Parts: sequence; C-alpha cells; structure tokens
Amino acid sequence: MRRGGIAIVGAAETTELGRIPDSSVIGLHADAALNALADAGLAPSDIDGVATAGESPTSVAHYLGITPTWVDGTTVGGCSFMLHVRHAAAAIEAGLCTTVLITHGESGKSRVGAGGFNRPAASLMGQFEAPFGPMGAPTMFTIPVLRYMKDLDLSIEKLANVAVVQRRWAAKNPRASFRDPITVDDVLNSRMIAYPFRLLMCCLVTDGGGALILTSAERVGDFPTKPVFILGGGESVETPMVSQMEDLTTSRAFRVSGRKAFDSAGITHADVDHLMIYDAFAHLPIYGLEDLGFVGRGEAGDFIWDGHTDVGGSLPTNTNGGGLSYMHSGMYGMYALQESVRQMRGTAPAQVEGAQISLCHGVGGMFGAAGTIVMTNQAP
Amino acid sequence: MSEPRSKKPRPRPTPETRHFWDGTLVGELRLQRCDDCSNVYFPPRPFCPRCACRSVTVFAASGRATLHSYVINQRAIPDSGFEAPYSIAVVQLDEGPRLMTNIVDSPQTPEALVLDMPVEVTFERISDDVALPLFRPSDGSRSRGDS
Repeated sequence: MRRGGIAIVGAAETTELGRIPDSSVIGLHADAALNALADAGLAPSDIDGVATAGESPTSVAHYLGITPTWVDGTTVGGCSFMLHVRHAAAAIEAGLCTTVLITHGESGKSRVGAGGFNRPAASLMGQFEAPFGPMGAPTMFTIPVLRYMKDLDLSIEKLANVAVVQRRWAAKNPRASFRDPITVDDVLNSRMIAYPFRLLMCCLVTDGGGALILTSAERVGDFPTKPVFILGGGESVETPMVSQMEDLTTSRAFRVSGRKAFDSAGITHADVDHLMIYDAFAHLPIYGLEDLGFVGRGEAGDFIWDGHTDVGGSLPTNTNGGGLSYMHSGMYGMYALQESVRQMRGTAPAQVEGAQISLCHGVGGMFGAAGTIVMTNQAP
Repeated sequence: MSEPRSKKPRPRPTPETRHFWDGTLVGELRLQRCDDCSNVYFPPRPFCPRCACRSVTVFAASGRATLHSYVINQRAIPDSGFEAPYSIAVVQLDEGPRLMTNIVDSPQTPEALVLDMPVEVTFERISDDVALPLFRPSDGSRSRGDS
C-alpha cells in the first residue's frame, strides 16, 4: 500500500460505553456508524465499501441502507478491524470503492442480541482443547504465561504492574470504566481467576462499538475532520489453538505483522510517538513490546516497571487505559484504533503533546492472529 | 447411542482424527510421523505440515512428557463436568509435539505443579466411545485416588 495514500476522515465510538442494556449488537454497530458518518459529514449513501467482524457486512450494509461495491467480513478476532483498515486501503487504491465504513459493535456485558461462544465438537479446538475445560479467554489466553515467567524471568509483581500503569492512563479518560488508582498490591490481592491470573490482570467486559471511515488522501480537504493518514500496516495468523503456538513465550503473528507494518511505513521504532497494544490480559503489552521489537526478549517487564510506557514516559502506551481499564467488549481492536486516531487528531483526553506517529497493534483469538496499523497526522 | 459418564465437552472425531480417538480407547496416545522428513506432529491431519508430504504413519507415542505451562481455573461453569480448582495444561511430549490436557492425580496447586516436571499419560473414559488423554506426575510421589 502507498504510504499515506489513504486517510481516516471519520471516527467515533458509540454514544455510550460500558453498560448499554437497551441496544442490541446491530444497534451498537449502527450507533457507532452514524456517529462516524456525522463526524465526517457524510450520509450512508456516500459509503460504497463496508467491512465488519462479529456481524456480517451484509447485515450492517442493509441495516444502514448502504449499497456497497466492496465488502470485507474478515473475522480473526479482536484485531479484525486492523485488518479491515489495511484491506480497505488496498481496495480504495485499487479502485474497488472510494469510501469505506468499518464498524464494530458488541454487547459483551448485557448480551442483547448477542451470539454464543461455541466451538463445534468436530473442530480441532472442539476435539483437542474444549474437552480439557478451558472456559473462555481467562483460562486460555493466560496459559502461556507461566512458561514466559520461567524462561524470561518475569516476576508476578512486574506482570501486575502492567495493570497499575494502565490505570494511571485511564484516570485521565472520563469515558474509562475504571479510573481509581490501583497498586501492585491491589492487583496481587484481587480475586484469583486462573492462577497466576488475578481479576485486575484481566480485561473488562462491557458494551460498546466504534466505526471508522476511510477514503483517498486526495479527498481529505472535503471533510471537516483533521485527516489521519495510513502510513503502513501488517497482518498475520498463527493458530486457532493456543496450545499449538510455536513458542509460548513469543507470538509469531505479532512478529510477522509488526515487521510488515514497520517496513511498509518506512519508519523505525524511534519514530513512534504513541503506541497501542491490545491488552486483553496483563501479559499482552509485554509480548507486544518484545515481539514488535521495541525492546529485547525478556526486557518488557522492566521497561514498563521503569515507567517508559507510563504517563510522562518515553513511549506512551495504551493511553486510553486499555482493555484492562477503558473498555473491552470482546473485540477490543476498534477501541485501540479509535485512541490512535484521537491522538493523531490531538483530541485525546490524555493527549501526547506533539505526537506525529501512532502505531496500533491488535491481537485476535488467543495469540491466533495479529494486525498492525501505523498512522500519522502529517500529510504525505 | 452411548451413555455419557461425564458432562465434559465430548470431542467428535472426523475421518482425519479417528485414529487418535480410537487410540485413546485402547490406551494409546497416537501421533503421526512423516514418511519423508520424519517430522512428528499434532493435531492429526493426513499430511505433514512441514513438508506437505501425504505419506504419513500413525504410531503409538511413549506417553512421556513434561509440564510446559498451565493455569489453575478457580471457577468452573456449573454443570460443566469440571470441579474447580483444576489445571488446564500444555505438556511437551518426548516425541516433540505439545498438547492441551489436564494434570490429574496431583494437588491442583502451584507447589505441586512445577514447570518441566515429568508427567505421563493416563486415560479417562467420559463415555462408552470417548476417552481423554490426561497426564499425571510420573515421579511416583503422586497421590492416588483419581480414576
């Protein structure tokens, strides 16, 4: 994809975040989409490309009254929206469509009109993982961590500290679900969920949605918003089964997606002013920092402990408070993208002054997939 | 129809995995080895995921492994066939592949479940036609009593 050739001209979350018992899943998609359309000054009839995950693009297009010439229903978990951004940029450049709407909505907490979490008994996950009793992400995504802690010498305190730092960012965000400061002791004294993971090391479960609108950078003058240009991106997948990762201490999908994103954007790590790493659980920023190459193997726990990702640090990370404190509907990637856009527009509640490049990295499944987007507010 | 003995989720074998589940019923942990490059792999499929060769051989693994990583789930879903606390583990088989399992015949505590400790396969019948491969400590110090 051409560096900076595509821009995000509309971005918004649902009107409410947190607990939204009066809206179904498709209703959350629509609320976010209407907010993003208003942000860009567009009507549904201006949209000719639709991408979404969780719902089908057919449902979203029909519900909003859109007649698309391009659709993408790529669904690889919570980072699906990073992949949609990358695919949309390629589609617009190829002339398949001109203006793409990417939507997310999830009734994670209230479960209004939501589907179930089922793995067919004949699937590989159904045969070779489900019979051993994993009960959702808290008992699956967490399985690699003891291996990481032993091999890379990570203490439980440094793992707990990830949640402490992110709570400090959340305190600056009025829309964050949890804003009260916490300490490492608070984390280590919270209820055990799945040893070694305690409650405050696990993400929230909330309702919400978000939407993005992308078009050619040549058109950015037609919109009221400050444009955010796509510099590059990456994506990959590894395995649907966490037990079959090549190495439990590092994600191949993270490494492949990250390398592709840096190469296509033509930037180095020192160029990144603001970073988002999808944090469904406290170990995700640790894996992300290492697998994206910001620090060496086994160094991320100390890097966070020393304050580099914290408020005032050299690499402000997860500045909305992340999935651990801001919100987490189930597929959090959309909210990470929204925060990167806010930071590039200069409108984030915890604004990083002078930030020009934001890297936004998402995970899908249990280390099953990854997507990475590099954005800038500098015109190409 | 077979009578279920457990409420645990029951795997439904496919033609490509039938040998594995037939094996657990007769007390064998069956893996596959590529006839061309000798790669041993899991989960089952009728070709080698390293070299794509379609000529592969099923064989009975030793059942010996080490405890590679795990969590201890503190809260089971009611009526799920599991009683908390219980471990959900990944074991490293001596033959190379890793697989998800539960560690049984052991206290479900961090003190008893030590990474890299040797474990060995044991089988639990959850219905007339399904047995699951579980693992137990193989150092002889384990407590008895689990089926």
